[in-house]
Amino acid sequence: MRTRTVVLATLGVLVAAGCATMGMSDEEAEAKATAMMKASFKASGQATLDRIDQDDMQKMCSHYVGDKKMPKEVAERLEKQQQALIKYPAGDKYLGDWQSGEKIAQSGVGKQFSDDPKAPSGANCYACHQLTKTEVSFGTIGPSLYNFGKTRGFTPEMQKYAYSKVYNSQAFSACSNMPRFGQNGILTEQQIKDVVALLMDPKSPVNQ
Amino acid sequence: MNRLAGAICTIFAAASIGTWAQFETSTSRTTVQEIERYREALADGNPAELWEARGEALWKEKRGPKGATLEQCDLGRGPGVVKGAYAQLPKYFADTNKVEDLESRLVTCMVTLQGFTPEQAKKDPFGGPGKKSNIEALVAYVTAASRGAPMNVSITHPREEEAYEIGKRIFFHRGGPHDFSCASCHGLDNQRIRLQDLPNLTRTADAQRAYTSWPAYRVSQGEVRSFQWRLYDCFRQQRFPELEFTSDASVALTMFLAKNANGGVFNAPSIKR
Repeated sequence: MRTRTVVLATLGVLVAAGCATMGMSDEEAEAKATAMMKASFKASGQATLDRIDQDDMQKMCSHYVGDKKMPKEVAERLEKQQQALIKYPAGDKYLGDWQSGEKIAQSGVGKQFSDDPKAPSGANCYACHQLTKTEVSFGTIGPSLYNFGKTRGFTPEMQKYAYSKVYNSQAFSACSNMPRFGQNGILTEQQIKDVVALLMDPKSPVNQ
Repeated sequence: MNRLAGAICTIFAAASIGTWAQFETSTSRTTVQEIERYREALADGNPAELWEARGEALWKEKRGPKGATLEQCDLGRGPGVVKGAYAQLPKYFADTNKVEDLESRLVTCMVTLQGFTPEQAKKDPFGGPGKKSNIEALVAYVTAASRGAPMNVSITHPREEEAYEIGKRIFFHRGGPHDFSCASCHGLDNQRIRLQDLPNLTRTADAQRAYTSWPAYRVSQGEVRSFQWRLYDCFRQQRFPELEFTSDASVALTMFLAKNANGGVFNAPSIKR
């Protein structure tokens, strides 16, 4: 379960409520923004209002933006917290089916209030990453993952790393833009293995 | 189409063509050129004119329990002044003691002048198959009257400044199962999602290009989409709950984005894929 900071946010709102708006501190403005969002959204389908609440990582990464650089010790604390949350598959088996992984990488559905909550989610990897030479419709927010396994070596250690990174990107790079697919229950264990196979299977088009 | 539709946060389509130049492979350069040609072809005839005409008729039609037109509606430049009004919104209105964007101000006028209830005024905020939205037509009419006007949004009133500061925090607020904020896609320079270029809305030039191109006729939807719709659908893709029409958070976020676009020349309703 994610560590909720609702209590802190609520306290912040109470403090902020008594203050003038001019010269609001960041903390006051953030607490007001959270309270305002709570009153401005309505639960819809699977998207409940608690999605506006923030865990420690979300809160810190919303605070240290723009010119405000996150202190190194905060980043390290967040990464350690997230590393401790990773659940690895039984028997150290990380590779699934790359063909299924490719389908998951192409699909952007899942978790929206307009989505069927019973249907499996995609990971939409191509939205942000280049993966293969055949798919030219890819985004650039994340680095190119073309030849991911080929350049890093098809080792068990690299398989485990790829699994961890897809499971919880924040464990290695605090405030990464990439979703925590395992930690937040977007993908199942088998789906993550399939995506790892897309990256790490020598036969996958990623490594051709 | 599915790929594009499935892409997350495809906000502000076609807003910053210049950033494409950063991209390197020849395959994609060709794709980019083709997309630019497509956009040029689209701009030749914009069906948004039909929404503008319907909006103008609605503006001048006696409607509601009071049988009044909207011609005395004060959009911020005085009762009945439509020209250039949108380029100065959102702003603080003393009569409601609130910061209002265009859509919330239209609701206010429909309530005060025409006698509709707020619920009636907010009904059908967005059009769909077999369902016309009066608000979207009115938005098309009013925004078109700001074509050529430089964006000039003020945050001198304390309530305006407060809205801007809170809107900024909403922009950076990460949440939901995907940990997304607006900034996940719109706080970076020269990035794309799939083939869609993403404006960095914290930078003046990108914010100007993007904000001044909404509302827009969306070819893929056959509808003119307001800025309220743009935010509503972005939050859906952000995996947030449903943004309430004209809610305080929607107005505050609009204030942040509109202010960042100050100085840009307004040029909408535009046309997008």
